[in-house]
Amino acid sequence: MGLQGATSMQYLLWFFGIATCVKLLLIPSYHSTDFEVHRNWLALTHSLPLSQWYSDETSPWTLDYPPFFAYFERILSIFANLIDPQIVHPQKGLNYSSNTVVSFQRITVILSDLCMLYGVYRLTKDLDSKRRTLIWVLVIWSPMLVIVDHVHFQYNGFLLGFLFISLSYLEEGRDLMGGFFFAVLLCFKHLFAVAAPVYFVYLLRHYCCGGLVRGLRRLSAMGAVVTAVFAAAYAPFVYQGQIQQVLRRMFPFGRGLCHAYWAPNFWVFYIILDKLLTFFLRKFGFAIPTPEASFTGGLVGDSSPFSILPQITPLTTFMIVLLALSPCLIKAWREPQPGMVTRWVAYAYTCGFLFGWHVHEKASLHFVIPLATIAVQNMDSARHYYLLSIVSSYSLFPLLFEVREYPIKVLLLLLYSIIMWLVFSAQFTDGQEAKATSPINKEAGRLELKGNGNVAAKKGGFVIRGIEKSYLVGLLVVEIWGQLLHSIFFGERLPFVPLMLISIYCGLGIVYSWIWQLRWIIRSPES
Amino acid sequence: MEKSRGRKVMKDKEEAVDDDPWWWLVHKGIAASFMCIAMFALLVRVAVSLHPYSGAGNPPKYGDFEAQRHWMEITLNLPVKEWYRNSTTNDLSYWGLDYPPLTAYQSYIHGLFLRFFHPESVSLFTSRGHESYFGKLLMRWTVLSSDALMFFPAVFYFVIVYYAGRPHGQKTDIAWHIAIMLLNPCLMLIDHGHFQYNCISLGLTVGAVAAVLSNKELVACFLFSLALNHKQMSAYFAPAFFSHLFGKCIRRQNPLLEVSKLGLVVLGTFALVWWPYLHSMEAFLSVLSRLAPFERGIYEDYVANFWCTTSVLIKWKRMFTTQSLKLLSLGATFSTCLPSMVQQIRAPSNQGFLYGLLNSAFSFYMFSFQVHEKSILLPLLPASLLALEEPFLLKWITFYALFSMFPLLCRDKLILPYVALSALFILIYHVPSGRQDRRERLSFNSFVTTLLMLCSVVLHIVYITMKPPNRYPFLFEAVIMCLCFSQFVVLSFYSNAKQWALKRTIFMDKEKKLV
Repeated sequence: MGLQGATSMQYLLWFFGIATCVKLLLIPSYHSTDFEVHRNWLALTHSLPLSQWYSDETSPWTLDYPPFFAYFERILSIFANLIDPQIVHPQKGLNYSSNTVVSFQRITVILSDLCMLYGVYRLTKDLDSKRRTLIWVLVIWSPMLVIVDHVHFQYNGFLLGFLFISLSYLEEGRDLMGGFFFAVLLCFKHLFAVAAPVYFVYLLRHYCCGGLVRGLRRLSAMGAVVTAVFAAAYAPFVYQGQIQQVLRRMFPFGRGLCHAYWAPNFWVFYIILDKLLTFFLRKFGFAIPTPEASFTGGLVGDSSPFSILPQITPLTTFMIVLLALSPCLIKAWREPQPGMVTRWVAYAYTCGFLFGWHVHEKASLHFVIPLATIAVQNMDSARHYYLLSIVSSYSLFPLLFEVREYPIKVLLLLLYSIIMWLVFSAQFTDGQEAKATSPINKEAGRLELKGNGNVAAKKGGFVIRGIEKSYLVGLLVVEIWGQLLHSIFFGERLPFVPLMLISIYCGLGIVYSWIWQLRWIIRSPES
Repeated sequence: MEKSRGRKVMKDKEEAVDDDPWWWLVHKGIAASFMCIAMFALLVRVAVSLHPYSGAGNPPKYGDFEAQRHWMEITLNLPVKEWYRNSTTNDLSYWGLDYPPLTAYQSYIHGLFLRFFHPESVSLFTSRGHESYFGKLLMRWTVLSSDALMFFPAVFYFVIVYYAGRPHGQKTDIAWHIAIMLLNPCLMLIDHGHFQYNCISLGLTVGAVAAVLSNKELVACFLFSLALNHKQMSAYFAPAFFSHLFGKCIRRQNPLLEVSKLGLVVLGTFALVWWPYLHSMEAFLSVLSRLAPFERGIYEDYVANFWCTTSVLIKWKRMFTTQSLKLLSLGATFSTCLPSMVQQIRAPSNQGFLYGLLNSAFSFYMFSFQVHEKSILLPLLPASLLALEEPFLLKWITFYALFSMFPLLCRDKLILPYVALSALFILIYHVPSGRQDRRERLSFNSFVTTLLMLCSVVLHIVYITMKPPNRYPFLFEAVIMCLCFSQFVVLSFYSNAKQWALKRTIFMDKEKKLV
């Protein structure tokens, strides 16, 4: 029904084109130190032999992504050298920020988004045209990608493209390709490895099944593919005897539990609880020693400076993440359904975000963007996504701290909220339509929770419930407090409070999202 | 059987809705779509404002940005009577005020805003050439807020009024029209890139047009008088307003009363705005002389109008005195907008009024005295109001309006937003939609249009990359100007013809009714 493949591709390109125009206009906006990080990687991959890529210390921004990303930078550096040799000069290029280098690097990000374009297209190509259009709108025009990639500066769109390609293969049932692309993704950015347990269990149960012999044959096939990918990435460094150095750079556990700006995750509450306990116990006359490092000061070293609560080590966080993942892993083990893979993977990234070690707020992209692709499946998901995407976009606000970008981030968020509201209420206008569209997509139809989503859809259009609404209003209060009231009431004192408030408040939203996803996964029907 | 047929009909209907990929944007009504598009338009404007402005970091005169800032400084620190007068504190040779008093009041209000947050940026004398991070930002925000408070509501008013009378309008088309009006690349480049406040006078004009369309003539007169008092260039539209309203009035029961009511509103508005300068003839004349800078010659730079283009062959400035050129240009302007005025007086109609606006703006742009490249914004406005009837006209005039400003924008280092906004315009213009009956009823011979497009693309590249020969340092500008001029001439002939053709169809309608 509806549109032909070719014309609908036109829409996707059109959405992408509009986004590209905005991205082009944003070229002169603020960029973070990540810009110089990537410039330095261009320079060092261009000017140094492979054996020194991971040991060079000319700039403090050393290479700490896996080898594929280094190769990617190496390829880009060829063009950079053609355009302006100073970009790739290891010494003269340091902190180089002329128009050419800014435009060049920004445009590489814009072009690399084509990867995400293909990924989204692939992931949605079997859906009906309506749903597909909506998903495209939600993903391509995501404000988070604009804020992180095109203002702050990173290549997340490119990497998420690989994740989408991998997920699309899994949903099609072509597990080998799915595994291959996930391995490729891991060799681009190892932070994506949080979903590896899910992939492992799913592929083991879904791909390597059907009798012992067939299972073993398939297991070895998958093993060979993954090994080949990793070999392509790491073999040159093994050959050069650099592998230890590479790993040391990739896993810098010297960093603290939390980043300078606390990502809105579980550890925020842990820290706050510790502080409160200390405060009250001191009031009651207990002598509590003050820890040496402090959280408000920025980066902290190995020691987790908790006064009362148990110290947290990377191993603890690792175990907690695994524990949080276990319901999902059990589900995947018992019944590996291709239709649930996106949810499971998104859930894995949520766990990693919530309980991981040294999590950056940007990591919320890893689960919010994939969740966009399932947001139009039913009313409940839509409502959840509406809240989650607003909260996580808002939690990115502190990334762009300069006044000049303030209207940009606010407008991006407002625009996206309006678009989401329009999109979801169009999809769930009345029960009639929701019912009419759901059988078309069997995949989605099967995922529909018994009763839950459909009943809500029948009752009326897309409505935000009271609690969610008041939570969103609270977001506004937090913002007004941080921008205006805090300086009126406290002046220069307690400068960390506005940021802390954002972390705590957004943390609540993310925890809610985690519980919601967990509940959905546990309650999803088994056939 | 009966039931299944019914279901089939329903399904057909559903599919008709399904086929529209924009149903999500429009299903909540015009206001919601407008909200969404307006947010996007604002975002684009903020993004454009990240780019340089005219005269950035270019002492001693800087550019329009400094002019506007200087006016804030002057209006804030001097009494009203001194604003237009040369004195030790107000050096008129350094960006003296040369717009009517409403601009001065607007500068004063914006000046208050700047002084509240950043007093150094508007302090008398010491702030000349002020270009701090925060000062620049505040200046940009004054344009943004003016745009959001004047132009956007005016467009919304226009859309409501314009589509109230035509219930058959496709919702998607309305959304498209809103996007076309709000995302006009020329206006965004000049206001948020180059730095000016055209959004205010154009917004007032759009408001006046909407008021005319909804038969609120007094409101229209008030708003248009304000527009005139913000930028005297709004007079480009005056013949259309005059002829349409006059034509309407003489068809009423008591024409004299109607006309005098309108006249009183206009005079009253003018008196209100000019109040501080009405106490003496001398004060009044000193302001007036600032508004009409005849000493600057009949044209400046390379503007694609009649005088400048023909001066390649005929040296107007050498052949005639300024005095006779004034008369000549007045005569030419008046006589070229006469046909459209006559048409509106004889048969005033809403559609004809919009064409009349376009035609009179065109004739002013072509023939009036002291026209600037940026004045192409004025013909562009009615063209964008007519976008749904004349999509091709809009596309063509936007392309060449952009092109005619290209040398100016190059000087301002705005090539990147120029490219991005042109692309945005093309994308929005050619938005894919389920239906095939799209627009483009008129198009020139497609071979000719393709050739012209190709020429202009090549010229763009040539202009950026190549150095003109030493003997003719402005060769490329002249070529661009001639090309744009030729297109504008064709378009203005076309729209004049179109306006006159309207009359016949209206008469035919009347005849039908009589039959």
